[in-house]
Amino acid sequence: MSWWSRISNAVQGERLNREIEEELQSHLDEAIAAGRDPGEARRAFGSALRTREASHTIRVAGWLESLLADLRFGWRQLGRNRINSAAAVLSLALGIGSCVGAFRLMDALLWRPLPISGASRLYVLTRRMIGLYGKPAEDSYWATPDYKLMRDAASGQADLIAISDADRTDITWSSDDNMEKAHVVYVSGNMFPLFGLKPALGRLLVPADDRSPGIGPYAVLSWDYWNHRFGRDPHVLGRSLDIGGQTFEIIGVGPRDFTGTETGTVTDIFLPLSMSSFATQESVTWHHTFLMLKPGINPATALEPLRQHLSAVSHAFEVGCATCWRGVPQASIDRYLHQTLVFSPAGAGISDLQKDYRRSLGILGLLAGLVLLIACVNVANMMTAQAAARAQEMALRISIGAGRRRLVQLILCQSALLALLASLLGAFLAAWSAPFVLSRVNPPANPARLALPADWRVLLFGFVLMILVVLLLGLLPALRASAVRPVAALKGGEDPHSPRRLLRGAIALQVAFCFLVLFLSSLFVASFQRLQNRLLGFSTDRLLLLETVSGKGQLPVVWNQTAEALRAVPGVESVAIASWPLLGGIAINSDISINGAPPSPTPGWFLDVSPGWLATMKIPLLGGHDFRPQDTAPGAAIVNQTFARTFFPGQDSIGRTFDRATNRYFPTPGQYTIIGVTPDVPYRSLREPSRAVYYVPFDEVDNHSAPQTVEFATFTVHTETQNPLALAPSLRKLIAQRHNGLRVSNVTTQLDLVRDQTLRERLIAVLAGFFAAVALLLAGIGLYAVLNYSVLQRRREIGIRMAIGSTRAGIVRIVTLDVFLMIAFGGCTGVALGFGAAHYVASLFYQVKPTDADMIALPACAMLLTAVVATLPAVLRALRTDPTQILRTQ
Amino acid sequence: MPRTDALQGSLDLLVLKILSRRPRLHGYAIMAAIASTSGEVLRAEEGSLYPALYRMEEAGWIRAEWIKKDSGRRARVYELTAAGKKQLGAEESRWQSVSLAINRVLREA
Repeated sequence: MSWWSRISNAVQGERLNREIEEELQSHLDEAIAAGRDPGEARRAFGSALRTREASHTIRVAGWLESLLADLRFGWRQLGRNRINSAAAVLSLALGIGSCVGAFRLMDALLWRPLPISGASRLYVLTRRMIGLYGKPAEDSYWATPDYKLMRDAASGQADLIAISDADRTDITWSSDDNMEKAHVVYVSGNMFPLFGLKPALGRLLVPADDRSPGIGPYAVLSWDYWNHRFGRDPHVLGRSLDIGGQTFEIIGVGPRDFTGTETGTVTDIFLPLSMSSFATQESVTWHHTFLMLKPGINPATALEPLRQHLSAVSHAFEVGCATCWRGVPQASIDRYLHQTLVFSPAGAGISDLQKDYRRSLGILGLLAGLVLLIACVNVANMMTAQAAARAQEMALRISIGAGRRRLVQLILCQSALLALLASLLGAFLAAWSAPFVLSRVNPPANPARLALPADWRVLLFGFVLMILVVLLLGLLPALRASAVRPVAALKGGEDPHSPRRLLRGAIALQVAFCFLVLFLSSLFVASFQRLQNRLLGFSTDRLLLLETVSGKGQLPVVWNQTAEALRAVPGVESVAIASWPLLGGIAINSDISINGAPPSPTPGWFLDVSPGWLATMKIPLLGGHDFRPQDTAPGAAIVNQTFARTFFPGQDSIGRTFDRATNRYFPTPGQYTIIGVTPDVPYRSLREPSRAVYYVPFDEVDNHSAPQTVEFATFTVHTETQNPLALAPSLRKLIAQRHNGLRVSNVTTQLDLVRDQTLRERLIAVLAGFFAAVALLLAGIGLYAVLNYSVLQRRREIGIRMAIGSTRAGIVRIVTLDVFLMIAFGGCTGVALGFGAAHYVASLFYQVKPTDADMIALPACAMLLTAVVATLPAVLRALRTDPTQILRTQ
Repeated sequence: MPRTDALQGSLDLLVLKILSRRPRLHGYAIMAAIASTSGEVLRAEEGSLYPALYRMEEAGWIRAEWIKKDSGRRARVYELTAAGKKQLGAEESRWQSVSLAINRVLREA
């Protein structure tokens, strides 16, 4: 009661005074009514003002009242210069909003613990080794038999959990014939119990469902999938669905917030690990292995012995695995077996999205932070200038007894007001920007999905950021103001140079930050441009891609007939078949041996294509000819230049032969004769250097010349219409109507595949460009304000210099010299910082090096141009100074 | 002013005691009651009465309420709270022991 009343009294100070007044007056009235002399009664009170003051201080919380007064005063100060204040709030809001937005994304992707019990005890197992081409590589996929051995070996101290990637898979609900896509994950039966998850409906998978192959045809839906696919229909239990020819029964729905362990992808369907055909194969590494320490086990002491133990178990398995190394050269086996097992904390889940975007988001966060710093410097400059202008007021306040603490509070209040307004505005920006950026992370057909709640983590970050901003803005001016020596200030100003020294430091700081932003941005923009303008070597114009599957597989003749039917559709110019599209993310290699020699250290990458595919893709032949319809694989091959150069250096490769070495995918050896050579075209990704690629005929036969069935392939359709997607529905229907087992699983265009390759680069380039523009603008405004202020301050000096005959050039020099010195100093610091930062993100650049001359020259020119434009008004003002007027007024 | 000095430190006790006998008094009435019940010996000064009232109100010993008087003006009346009753007990026993001690000293001398 009492605290509350004191606080509310502080807020309503005026009303309180009125009440005290009224009560005293009513007392006087009573006294007079009781017959006392009015004058005597009034005198008895003593000084009415003192009584009231004494009463007032008892009934209010004094600190709060002074705080409120300071806030009101600060608000009026801000209101006195609306444009300045609005610009300050806006620039701070932009900085704060961007920082919080970046934090939300990074937190959601990288740091936020999974909504499971014991997330802090969860690790993921990977092996580090020297990969192909001698570079360090990491492999996080494991074979199920290997996993089971390790699981049993670790059982005393930890549980091992197997979880596959959330692959976008074709599924069919039994009730209808339509195929649709869902993210399907195979998990070991111990996952749900170990994660401490409770079903929202039905039951979850248990170890018994996963005990032996084929005994658990059960599926658990994620809550999210149940919600958006079935509208939370409880009758979904018991329904069956078909995945890859197997039928699964829905037995339950997972808890509401659990979306799997692959951060950035929402899992739709969980299946038992043992239901995958891979689960029994020793040679197929296909799922991740997580390790969860048992509660109470100390990770500091237990992890390392456990790691060594599991490493030995896994090594013994791999050495003894007969099927793993069929046809693999000894050098490769040795390289692979020379590996290190690593446990990495996985409490926030693991995903490729994390790997791809960790550094990108880090750099965006850095850029946002720098923009905020630049904005802070600007606003702090403004407040320093204001504080300098108020030196006399401060001196007066100190002279009449204001405590220095009160003065610091006065200025901190003002900066807190600014920061608070900016934070409110920034919150809107952060609320909008994080989902916006996230929506541009993945192709629209398969968007990245992250929970972005505005919970206490985000609020805490925002709050800490706001406090930092308040201190950055206010502390320096506050300390300066409170250090005012009243005697000096009242005498007419103390050391006139001290605020200028401070402002000059601010310029250098700002230029350094701005230069860093510009430098990094230009690197990212140049990377994106070079990547986008990379010569593809094939056409993306009007190319429709129908990714088609056929269940258990169909003979090539069925595929060829379907292609023939597609060719007959009006609007179709040509149709060809490839096993998968270029830049579609698939890459399969095989070892190549020439003339029966052992395989070369580097493999060749292949693609099965039908006759006419090269022409449809507009890939020219440098020599030789295309496949003929009767060509089969093994037999003829067309190779790219890198292949020819790698395996037949300095020779004409046409007519030569090579062997595709046998391995677990190609159990039968095959010999190929090169019938044509094409230029290099990007195979799996735009960023990588050219690989040795060979094309083989789509029609494959085994070693008895019997045709092999094909389970999936892509129809490459060149259309006459400008928008190839317009034809997709009718072509899809046509394929379905043929009832030959072929079904279109995905529709896209070659142009989209190319665009998807540059999504990340485009996103970073756009955002970096935006931050660069803002930083430049803010730095320009800052420069202008500082210089303008300094010219105003030095009016008298400039007037005197003019009066005693200084030339215009001389005036310009004294006004701008130190500013440009500071710009040069700041620029150099920025370059140094830039090299450091660029080193950290070098992997994100494409054909761009930080040391390229134009990468430094471009930001330098932009900075210099901005500086010239920003200083021009102040210089003109200095030149227009009228000495007589100045000398008269001063 | 000897009369005020006599009140030093015991104003709270007097106000609480008056209010415990007669709840809902306004400031003037409290002052008048102190004067009349003490046979005009003790007088609370206005300048110290009101700060004391406010202090006790903030301490939660008494609570105040605005009422309308017959004359149409408002008056602020005070009454004891539960905490105030406890405080009154404590102050009373403290006063008793102090006055006993003082009497003992006077008798010795």
